[in-house]
This record gives sequence, C-alpha cells and structure tokens, in this order.
Amino acid sequence: MLTTFINLFNFEGIGDYFPDLMRGAAISLQLTFCVMLIALPLGLLLALAKIGRSRILRIAASFYIEVVRGTPCLLQLFYIYFVLPAFGIRFDPFMAGVIGLSINYSAYLAEVYRAGIVAIPHGQVEAAKALGMSRRKMLRLIILPQAIRVVVPPLGNYCISLFKDTSLVSIVTVRELIFTGQIISSTNFQYFTVFTIIGAIYLFFSYPAALLVRWLEKRMAIGARRPPVVVSDVAPVAGTEAVEGTTKS
Amino acid sequence: MIRLESINKSFGSHHVLKDVSLTVDRAEVVCVIGPSGSGKSTMLRCINNMEDISSGTISIEGQPVYRYEKDGKLIVDSEKQIEAIRAKVGMVFQSFNLFPHLTVTENITVAPVHVLGRSRGEATDIAMALLEKVGLSQKAQAYPHELSGGQQQRVAIARALAMRPKAILFDEVTSALDPELVGEVLRVMRALADEGMTMVVVTHEMGFARDVSDRVVFMADGRIVETGKPHELFSAPKQERTQDFLRSVLERNREMGAAPSR
Repeated sequence: MLTTFINLFNFEGIGDYFPDLMRGAAISLQLTFCVMLIALPLGLLLALAKIGRSRILRIAASFYIEVVRGTPCLLQLFYIYFVLPAFGIRFDPFMAGVIGLSINYSAYLAEVYRAGIVAIPHGQVEAAKALGMSRRKMLRLIILPQAIRVVVPPLGNYCISLFKDTSLVSIVTVRELIFTGQIISSTNFQYFTVFTIIGAIYLFFSYPAALLVRWLEKRMAIGARRPPVVVSDVAPVAGTEAVEGTTKS
Repeated sequence: MIRLESINKSFGSHHVLKDVSLTVDRAEVVCVIGPSGSGKSTMLRCINNMEDISSGTISIEGQPVYRYEKDGKLIVDSEKQIEAIRAKVGMVFQSFNLFPHLTVTENITVAPVHVLGRSRGEATDIAMALLEKVGLSQKAQAYPHELSGGQQQRVAIARALAMRPKAILFDEVTSALDPELVGEVLRVMRALADEGMTMVVVTHEMGFARDVSDRVVFMADGRIVETGKPHELFSAPKQERTQDFLRSVLERNREMGAAPSR
C-alpha cells in the first residue's frame, strides 16, 4: 500500500521546476502580506464607520460589507480584471489580485473588529464617559486597546485563511503557487507529484502560523481577564457577540 | 452646586422620574434611599448626563446643562459642554468599571492626562497621593483583576478624585461587594465627606446614610417622597411610604442579624 503510494511520485525533472514553485510560493506570500497591509486598516475603518454616529457612513459601510460578503470572491476578481478594463481601468494581474482580495478581506475583517468592539462591557463606555472623555478618546484609550486583545486571534486565523485564498487569483493569471503548478503539470503530466508538493508547501507555512495563533490566543486570554461583570438594574451589559460568529463561510 | 428642577424622564412609555427637584449645596452629603426601581440611580445618572432627561433643567454651579426653548423644545447642550460637566462631576459605579488593560496608576492618570491635559508626571504624583489616601499605595502597579472588589472600588474612587471634581456621584457603590469588603469602601467615603466633598450617594447602606449624610432623600415610584435631616427622617418619617420602607429595611436587617450601622 505504502509502496504503491510512494511509487506514484515521479520526481523526474523536479530540479527544473522546483525553483518555479518557490517563486510561486514567494508570490503567494507577497500577496498575503500586501492584502493584509491594506485589509487590516481598511477593515478597522469600516467597522468604525459601521458603529459610528454618521448615518451616511453607517449605511455606506453596511452596504459595502453586505455586497462583498454576499458575492463570491472569484466574481469580484473577475470584475476587477475583466470587467473594469471595459471602463478603461486596467490593472496587471498581481495588482488586480491584491485589490480583489483586499476588498474581500476588509469586509470580513470589519465584522471581526466590530464584534470585538461590541464585546467590550458597557460599563467601560460608562466609566470613560463619566471621566469626560470624548468619543474619540474613549475609542482610542479604552475601547480599542481592549478590543484588540479579543480580535487578534481571529485576525490571525484570517491571515492564514488569506494565504490559502491567494490561490483564487490564479484565475486572473497571477503566477502564484497554483497557477505555477498548473503550468508545470500541463507540460510534464505529473499531477500527483506537483500538486502534492504544492500542498506540502501550503502546509509548511500554514501550520506553524496556526500554532502561533493558538499561542497568541492563550496569551491574550490571560491579558483580557476582567473584573467580574455585575448586572446593574440601570446599565445593561452590552451584548457579547461571539467573535467566532463572523467566521468566514 | 447641583440643582435639579422638575426633572422628568421616560424610558419609552415607562415614566421613571416624575417632577423631581433637588438642590445639593457645596460640601453637602446627600444620601438617596428608596426601594429598587424607584428611580434613584436614574436621577443620579441624569446629573452628569449619563441619561438624557425628557424635560426639566439641571444646573451644575449655576451653569445649566439643559435649557428650555420658547416653544418648549429641549435644547441639548453640545457634546463639549457635556464632557466638561462630566469632568467636573465624578462618578463611581456599582460595578467599579476599572479599565482592565491599565494598571491601577494608569486607571487613575488616564483621564487627567488625556482630558485635563496634565503632564504624566504631575498626574502620577496626584495618583500616588490618592492611592495613599485610599490605602492602596502598594497596589499602584497591579492590574484590576489582581484586586479584591473592595480594592477595585477604592481605586475607582481615587480615579474619580484625580479629576479634582466639584462633586462626586456614588451609584450603589457597595451593592456588588462581599459584605466584609463594604466597610473599607464606606470608610473612604466617610473620610471624603469629612473633608468637605460634595457627594450624592445612592445607597442601601442605611447606617452610612444616617451617620454621614447631611440630608437624606427618600424616593419611591420616580418621585422624591420625603427629604430631611437623617435623624429626623430615620426616627420620625412623615410620610407613610417612608415609614413602610424603613420598617421593611429594619426587619430585613434584623432577620439577617446585620448591624444597622457600620
């Protein structure tokens, strides 16, 4: 059984195409990095807009989030790469990939941030207000520092999920891992070997990252210990929406 | 100092404050007692605008927080003015509400630094002096979760004091504490009262109300039923509603074997 499995591998010519796979992996990592660089702050801005007081911003943010989350990422990529050129807006494949994934992930991250902010007990808002803090100071000094602790582990998971989702941009001919694998295997027909190696490369990066997130989760849980929440008859404790509730589906 | 004139407040169709008027003078300690749901906490929270009122006027140091327009429409003060009022009137909560991500010292200095614009050094000096006053100097670098409830509440009082407030509002500050921790918080409040701090105290601690306050306000069903000097109100309440309430409280204390005074 095991020998049959091993016999399926055919490492002929691996020396020729392995550097290509490495280049593909590098592009997948670059995509992940660039998209997170945009989506992390953009998601936070969207979340702040959604919980803010401006009606227009609230509606705009909700609209953006719902449209993006309600349509497939692939469709968004197609739109940017194939439809926008009809309006004279052209991007090279890598840029189109970065923009598409950033749009997609910012919407999901916005919901993670929002859930983290909403999970802060209402008493914190009350105490900050009672000390004369403006909304802005309250957010900066009291709410966000606490929300970050709640939000870091899910954000880490989204990073990992994004690394895997970069494979989607193969559809707009970005030479990341999957696209590279398709090119190689369509010439040497070693589908099994090539795609198994690619799977191993994804795992090589995702698994340690997942361990790191798990470690962060534990650390944050210790730091986030709160004074016992007391239910007062006047101040309702804000609904503690589970951050897990926003898991990407 | 604090003046409430015909305050009305409704949550939807629920009328929680009915024509409440109250004046608190400088250095006066006013305790507000009454059954739960009587509106006493709501009244307190209206003073520093934690709750919007439906009608009426609140003034702090003669400066109105709300005004009437000619057509009877309420003009709400700008946010800046409300923030300024809150910086002048401190508040201590039932559930402490310390900031869990900040140390005890940072909890006390965060508002003086970021709201009043004090330097960090100056704010820290003030914080240290206040911690000494509430007996928690050795906990300056601790985080809230490392403190007992009583200690947390004393830090919360220090946090309010660090703003150098003109008055402090206490909202059932001992209700969430284990019985053996109530005394340490009341002692700090008593010391404040002796120093001449203006205080409005919503409390179930009848002993504290009787011994420390200059005036006791009894509220029921959203109204102020009776106001008086503590010895008058406790020994010879004029209103039947007050008599009923005090009787039931005394009975409960006797059943629990608790000393009426701490």
